[in-house]
Amino acid sequence: MAANTTAAVELRGLTKHFGSVEANAGVNLRVEPGTIHGVIGENGAGKSTAMKMLYGIFPPDAGEILVNGKPCAWSSPADAIAAGIGMVHQHFMLAGPYSALDNILLGAEPRRWGIMIDRKRARAQLEALASRYGLAVNWDEPIESLPVGVQQRIEILKLLYRDAQILILDEPTAVLTPQETNDLFRNLKKLRDEGKTILLITHKLKEVMSFTDQVTVFRAGKVTGELSTAETNPQELANLMVGRKVVLNIDVPLARPREEKAIEVTNLCLAGVVAGSRHKLTEISFSVKCGEIVGIAGVEGNGQSEVLQAILHPRDPRCRTSGSVKFMGEDVTAYETLRIRDLGVAVIPEDRQQEGLLLERPVSENFLLGLQRSPAFSHAGFLNSASLQKAATQAVEEYDVRPRDLTLPAGKLSGGNQQKLIVAREFQRKPRVLIAAQPTRGVDVGAIEFIHNRIVRARDEGAGVLLVSFELDDILTLSDRILVMYEGRIVAEFSRDEVTERELGLKMAGS
Amino acid sequence: MRKVLQPILAVALGLALGLGVTRIAGESPWHVLQILWKSAFGSSYDFGMTLFYTTPLIFTGLAVAVPFQAGLFNIGAEGQLTLGALAAAAVGALWPMLPWPVAPVLATVAAILAGTVWGAIPGWLRARRGSHEVINTIMLNFIAAGLASYVTLYLLKNPDSQNPETRAIGAGYLIHQFGVFGGAPVSLALPLAIVAAVLVWILLWRTVLGYEMRAVGQSEPAARAAGINSGRVRIIAMAVAGGLAGLVGVGEVLGNAGKFRLGFSPEYGFIGIAVALLGRNQPVGVVASALLFGALHKGAADLDLETEHVTRELSLVLQALIILSVSAEGLWSWMKKRGEA
Repeated sequence: MAANTTAAVELRGLTKHFGSVEANAGVNLRVEPGTIHGVIGENGAGKSTAMKMLYGIFPPDAGEILVNGKPCAWSSPADAIAAGIGMVHQHFMLAGPYSALDNILLGAEPRRWGIMIDRKRARAQLEALASRYGLAVNWDEPIESLPVGVQQRIEILKLLYRDAQILILDEPTAVLTPQETNDLFRNLKKLRDEGKTILLITHKLKEVMSFTDQVTVFRAGKVTGELSTAETNPQELANLMVGRKVVLNIDVPLARPREEKAIEVTNLCLAGVVAGSRHKLTEISFSVKCGEIVGIAGVEGNGQSEVLQAILHPRDPRCRTSGSVKFMGEDVTAYETLRIRDLGVAVIPEDRQQEGLLLERPVSENFLLGLQRSPAFSHAGFLNSASLQKAATQAVEEYDVRPRDLTLPAGKLSGGNQQKLIVAREFQRKPRVLIAAQPTRGVDVGAIEFIHNRIVRARDEGAGVLLVSFELDDILTLSDRILVMYEGRIVAEFSRDEVTERELGLKMAGS
Repeated sequence: MRKVLQPILAVALGLALGLGVTRIAGESPWHVLQILWKSAFGSSYDFGMTLFYTTPLIFTGLAVAVPFQAGLFNIGAEGQLTLGALAAAAVGALWPMLPWPVAPVLATVAAILAGTVWGAIPGWLRARRGSHEVINTIMLNFIAAGLASYVTLYLLKNPDSQNPETRAIGAGYLIHQFGVFGGAPVSLALPLAIVAAVLVWILLWRTVLGYEMRAVGQSEPAARAAGINSGRVRIIAMAVAGGLAGLVGVGEVLGNAGKFRLGFSPEYGFIGIAVALLGRNQPVGVVASALLFGALHKGAADLDLETEHVTRELSLVLQALIILSVSAEGLWSWMKKRGEA
């Protein structure tokens, strides 16, 4: 790193408070032009805050932002865009029914006679851009019918069309298949070689290691490391992120399951259309034995959520149109959800904030959710708040939910701590069946380690575990058997020791 | 702390704005405020009338607050209280010879039941058919009004009166009125309202059902995932609300008029929405804000006589301004920011 070259981006002593929380405390960051620069850190470490200040979403309380050596004071993202900075948000900002072309032009339409959109000229410009960077797109297709990977390509083209020199990508691979991820990074490398500077916000160490040149690590609002990717390793990065030594890859031995079946699903169907398939679910049959973890892999939106809804709400005609579900050998197809859960079915729901928590209510009330009718916490219709306080105090201690404040609204906890609270609650049931959906989504490295260990422990204590995750790391670390879903069907089954990530990726993509 | 302070500041702001308006009308705001105060609290009779208006507002405030905690907006308290009062009067008119205390207890149960049914209908429609309770409660208000007119004018008409009212209920039905209020009809309905508020508090914060209501109100997906039958919980919340609104009939029919009079309610059901909103849907808050709105209602009554340019409708203006200030979230976060800076 030659100090005499001008940095593409330099943050000096950037500080930002939200109320009493110091989101950024004197952040220094230097990004060399023409590099891919990883920005990593746990949730709430301040990496997004820093990037949002760079992109002009809010101003810093103190500190300086320099772009190409010039100090900048943005009053809005429009200023940042004008200075050549572009951002691809985690959730795309696209207008579904519009064509790819119109989405790119939106807000920056070339005019003819002042009022007409000059699509012809725009198309020529875009085609030149696309071929230069190898970003093939079907211009006339409505955005919503395009695969997510292509939508992301369109987001990137949008930035290039606005002549962005510095691209910020926020968790760009969260929604991609492994193949799409590889395509994305091939494209990013090409952009870099053409002289663009790329900031990659991510929590996936593997991506940082394979695709970046430099990396900056955030922890608790501060930068704890600035490293050259070639000179570091995942373990060092993880330790810097968490602030202690983390066990990165737990090596889970394969299970020796019992013969007894914890979950048995037969010919489950759900009418309706998902991802081009005629049914949302087509003849789903599988079983999970006691003492084994079965993982369902697949790209988001291929019916995994529908399977979970169907087995947890089998009576609801919106969730299941035919087929049967058994838990612990008992046919529950006609059961209400409460009765199913009372069989000892613990659930880590897919959407933690929506389905797992009452965000405005205190931790203690969240700990009670779903357990409110158990004799431990209520008697004759009245809540037993003393025993609730006692059990909740114990649980937040055992499951390390921070801060240890039972009166804090659950929405104020970090993602990892929200998830630990849910795990604490669900394990209170002494589960015989554990259904874990996206257990590590948006959860930091330290908490991932913890949650993985808990899931394996539940398995070793004899629970049957159904794991649904878009993160192949989860699936490949934990599952004893792996099912792959594509367009509402189970298209493949593997044992963990006989499958490669590449094979899984191909099946996930439907080939 | 902020939870208590904010409504109080909102009331002060609303009153200040509303009284400021009277200046434009050519009255001294200070003078108007004095009249309001004197008319609401000036004598034991005045205070008694304030309490008389407060009583139904506690019931209707609770009738809005309970469904609100379960994520429902009950605009139907007016219809529920109409039918509650009608049912109490009908029982009293049909079996006038029943003795005390059986008679008032029976009439009270009838009032609760009628309100419960009228509340449960939109609850059921929401839970099972998915049709929105706001629309349905509004429509049921009209149906209740029509039903009350029909029953009053065709089935139970008082033959000795030119007014649209039912026959008088039997003497055994009348409940105790407190003597200390100079003849104002403050009856056992007031302590009943306080008891109802306490029971609602217990329901919401100490029972499994109340917990489930609040869970459904906070996040239906989370409640559903936890196995809570949100449809059932919502029907119960609306039924409870209807029953509470129906209890308005106790004070009016058994404690005051001794019959059902068409149009007896100066829209208690709708003022109840404001009461619940200002009281943050908490029983304690509901009681406090019911007293405030009761006092405003009584206080404004004398404005017609005592001032040149201001009429009793000022109480509506004040209500509206108080509600506007309590719901001006932007104002409060701005003040909070200023406080921190």
